[in-house]
Amino acid sequence: MIWNEENETRPREELEVIQLQRLQAQVARVYATVPYYRQKMDEAGVSPGDIRKISDIRRLPFTTKEDLRQNYPFGLFTVPMERIVRIHASSGTTGKPTVVGYTKRDLKLWAELMSRTLSAAGVTSRDIVQNAYGYGLFTGGLGAHYGAENLGCAVIPISGGNTKRQIQIMQDFGTTVLLSTPSYALNIADTMADLGVDPASLKLRVGVFGAEPWSENMRSEIENRLKIKAIDIYGLSEIIGPGVAAECLEEQRGLHIMEDHFLPEIVHRDTFEPLAVGEEGELVFTTLTKEAFPVIRYRTKDIARLIPEVCTCGRTFYRMPKVTGRTDDMMIIRGVNVFPSQIEEVIMGVEGVEPHYQIIVTRQGSLDNIEVQVEVSEEVFSDQIKNLENLSKRVQGSIKDLLGITCKISLVEPKTIQRSEGKAQRVIDRRKI
Amino acid sequence: MQVRQIAIFLENRSGRLADITHTLAKNAINIRALSLADTADFGILRMVVSDTDRAAKALKEDGFTVGITEVTAVEVPDKPGSLDAILQVVNQSRLNVEYMYAFTKQSGETGLLLFRFDNPKTACRAFAEAGFKLLSDEEVHQL
Ligand SMILES: [Zn+2]
Repeated sequence: MIWNEENETRPREELEVIQLQRLQAQVARVYATVPYYRQKMDEAGVSPGDIRKISDIRRLPFTTKEDLRQNYPFGLFTVPMERIVRIHASSGTTGKPTVVGYTKRDLKLWAELMSRTLSAAGVTSRDIVQNAYGYGLFTGGLGAHYGAENLGCAVIPISGGNTKRQIQIMQDFGTTVLLSTPSYALNIADTMADLGVDPASLKLRVGVFGAEPWSENMRSEIENRLKIKAIDIYGLSEIIGPGVAAECLEEQRGLHIMEDHFLPEIVHRDTFEPLAVGEEGELVFTTLTKEAFPVIRYRTKDIARLIPEVCTCGRTFYRMPKVTGRTDDMMIIRGVNVFPSQIEEVIMGVEGVEPHYQIIVTRQGSLDNIEVQVEVSEEVFSDQIKNLENLSKRVQGSIKDLLGITCKISLVEPKTIQRSEGKAQRVIDRRKI
Repeated sequence: MQVRQIAIFLENRSGRLADITHTLAKNAINIRALSLADTADFGILRMVVSDTDRAAKALKEDGFTVGITEVTAVEVPDKPGSLDAILQVVNQSRLNVEYMYAFTKQSGETGLLLFRFDNPKTACRAFAEAGFKLLSDEEVHQL
């Protein structure tokens, strides 16, 4: 179902007219209200009046996470605090967190976009939605919450963690939709197996998963184990939170970008030169309508491309493929670019191997070593050494075929790799220590 | 005729073997025979115990990866040359031994050899023809 038929299926020419008007207004407002943006634009020799067509956006400077940090906490807000009604922040794993603010109208827009997102996943007002995204400073929990409420769903604001209770509530309340990170969905599936709960006995029919990169094989794993459809969504707090792009149930192929509110660009991941539609590079967003915290050409560090072909679902927005890598997740191992999701894709493609893994990168002298820890399930366990060694070799061979690098495969006991209750930690890089 | 053994996956971490024996002790399970095979990266512990099913359940509950598999148990007199006589049969019948382990019974008169063959049926036939006594699951577990 399409939540906002008029805006989500608008012919492209009309959409582009609206995008340009909104872009011009946004740039003018940012220039007028945020000294930091004004200074950067002045330095780049560009003024709001220079934006005459959409492609003129390329004249504007990029905004990076570093810019947000330098303006910590409220330096890039465009409205006085009396108009701010909500503040979120991303956890700062390195340095200060990034802080974002919302006006009442921003929250209304966010709820609208999450309603579109959930509708695209086939969720309706008749659904009982278990929201296992973390509530708090993280945008996932509340973002999904208000979107589901706005759609008219019965929302269970359970947040992440306490997996046994999650399952109990699914059984007792008849949950039909699960919202969580994909790694947490797998944790739930494992716990169900431990408790002897048959997923087919539940009313659960669809999961809406985001907040971390995940592979197609992980999607199949989740779909098979939980007996649901797994839908990918995309968002980041700097842009608005979840609700920036969403897959449709019809295709499950590419996420529709909410282009009437966010203007996407793809730039070369090293030179930052604009790339043509269809080429892969770093995803850059400019918010077109946000009030409190607009961003101009924000570099997301996510790797994507734009898919211009019109989708069978009727939405006219460009799609982007599942984000399976971020420029800062990218490991360079002996000169080869490796994304954790590529290794995930391999591991989940090897029959019988548990979908839990961890990648440990170390350096010996000048040589990078990569170790992949894989859990030994009862299914693949054997009383014979050679069978387990063959399993290691199969995983190793498949990774080598795909990436051209030889990893050390370590078989570990079940449940020794930490289970995710939110974003999974896939890579331990010991090279920096 | 086959005997059930349990096999347990062991990560190379100190104390894991003691964790296994602790679980068995807690559940009053006797170990009849055991063998530990290890590589640089992991190990496999194989055991014949007094109560296979209960041992497997208890170990699983304590988080171990456990498998129940079958081995061939051959009784031999506890005297020099016994193992040689058996291995001659193995050789002549071209049996492929995946692994084996042995233990001596309390009486001290006979020993027991536990074999994992890739083709246990052929092995049983060869041993029977050569006049060796094969023990059943009950016989071994009642030792
Ligand atoms: Zn679609």
